[in-house]
Amino acid sequence: MIELQEVRKVFHAGRPNEQVAVAGVSLTLEAGKLTVFRGPSGSGKTTLLSLIGCMARPTSGRIFLKGREITSLPVRFLTDLRRRTFGFIFQQFHLLAGVSVLENVMLPAYPLGEKYRHLRARALGWLERLGLLSKAGAKAEWLSGGEAQRVAIARALINDPDILIADEPTAHLDTRLSREFMALMADFRAAGTTILIASHDPLVHEAPAVDRVVDLRDGRLLTPEAPG
Amino acid sequence: MGPLFAKQRYLLDFALSCLWRRRGKNLALLTVYTLVVFAVASVMFFTQALKREAALVLGATPELLVQKLTLGRHDLIPADYTHRIREIRGVGQVTGRLWGYYYDPQVRANYTVLAPQGVEVPERTVLVGAGIARVRHLTRGATLTFQGYDGKPYSFQVRGVLSPESELLSADLILMSAADLRRLFGLPEGLYTDLTVAVANPREVSTVAAKIQELYPDTRPIVREEIRRTYEAAFDWRAGILLAVLSGALLAFLIFAWDKAAGLSAEERREIGLLKALGWDTAEVLQLKFWEGAVVSLTAFFLGTVGACLHVFVAPAPLFAPVIKGWSILYPRFRLTPFISLFDLGILFFFTVVPYTVATIVPVWRAASMDPDQVMRS
Repeated sequence: MIELQEVRKVFHAGRPNEQVAVAGVSLTLEAGKLTVFRGPSGSGKTTLLSLIGCMARPTSGRIFLKGREITSLPVRFLTDLRRRTFGFIFQQFHLLAGVSVLENVMLPAYPLGEKYRHLRARALGWLERLGLLSKAGAKAEWLSGGEAQRVAIARALINDPDILIADEPTAHLDTRLSREFMALMADFRAAGTTILIASHDPLVHEAPAVDRVVDLRDGRLLTPEAPG
Repeated sequence: MGPLFAKQRYLLDFALSCLWRRRGKNLALLTVYTLVVFAVASVMFFTQALKREAALVLGATPELLVQKLTLGRHDLIPADYTHRIREIRGVGQVTGRLWGYYYDPQVRANYTVLAPQGVEVPERTVLVGAGIARVRHLTRGATLTFQGYDGKPYSFQVRGVLSPESELLSADLILMSAADLRRLFGLPEGLYTDLTVAVANPREVSTVAAKIQELYPDTRPIVREEIRRTYEAAFDWRAGILLAVLSGALLAFLIFAWDKAAGLSAEERREIGLLKALGWDTAEVLQLKFWEGAVVSLTAFFLGTVGACLHVFVAPAPLFAPVIKGWSILYPRFRLTPFISLFDLGILFFFTVVPYTVATIVPVWRAASMDPDQVMRS
């Protein structure tokens, strides 16, 4: 479903501070599976996820999504693809302070211009499922770490994405909340969502729902895939 | 409701929500912005309304006035000048006017005294302007005494208070009969203050004026159009001075707005990056910020303009009137007829709303065109 061919990403190319974040990764990821990218800081996990999630373009190489090459798409199409196909859960949660939980959840859907009634109902539905219905009107900055992450999850799911991308999702959670998070991911996986997680937390890659762990170091796969 | 409309509504809703989040900063900005629009619009409306009043007043005056000059100064004109002027082709009626100024030491004000044409004022009576009636507490039937040219007192009964359309030029006016005026000022028969000349064809006015000048080189024909231009120039000049004074405030506001708009805080940059990471297009981020800028500037424009309307047309422009009107010592208290030129309003809109909105959008555009993956890596 997702295929990467010799993908490279170089930051500050040609300058003294040039940094190769991803150094020629070829990889095939199946749909409907939970894949964890494991590796130390600087191994290229986050960059790889942002390339797959159409947030940045690779310096070279190609990425295919459902058989369609996406690396050469114009920005507008890339943006549209990103918001309809992917849901993102960031390490720092990145909720907007001063705005209600409900509004934070609905934010990615605003540019799509669907009926307010429908959008609100869907957002409240996710909040209810994640046990946050009573917090819908609360400001984002009043939430605990666990609540903030669940709001971030609801926000990632608002546009019904096929693929959920989470970057170090348990970095700010204790053991109980980390297990709860992985249990939720298991539910979404069971419902058919493709899940990609970057993490070096054993609680994540040792969770029973994980289908595959991809090890990265210095921007490369530790165990390269055999050419198919 | 189409998705495009719904999308703009979402963006506007969210823009309002964003403004409210930083309400301290935005309210301060709105207040300063409103004050600037208020000040500039007040000067604009006031000048426009005054010019219109003056035009209304001048509309009733004759096309051509003839004054006699002695030593380059205005002098009394002999009645027999009328006969030869009347013989010029195209000239209708030529009438001698009697008017002058009277200084009232009691209230330290100058009145304009006029013997009106076409209005019968019985002898020993006067009609007074509303301004004089106010300062001298005069009502119908009261007695008004002037000191004549010979030092003797001359008493008149007030027949009524003038209540014309425009108070601007009639506030300090006193109407009396020609005979009374001559008695009060010691003016002999056969002399007038100036002459009014009626010209049937307006296009011939300047030709007639040239002929009069030729006939009587010691006279000065004054064409109504010239008076109108003088008034306009005077009011424009005064408005210009006020605007020059206000330009300091305007400049301060521009610096303030530029600083606010150009200096995106780290938090704002992070939020723009986040919106992009959540699937917003650069254009959508720009539209959001456009709505923020538009809400602030349109609100300020609306409040400032309405405030200026109230200031100029309801309250008698207490802040600027003494500078722009600059009449005699007795400031006529009058209410201006509301008159707003759409063209001027458009210019005001263009110079206040547009620069602010653009100043808001440009730095956002720079921030919004970055790759969204910066949020992932922050």
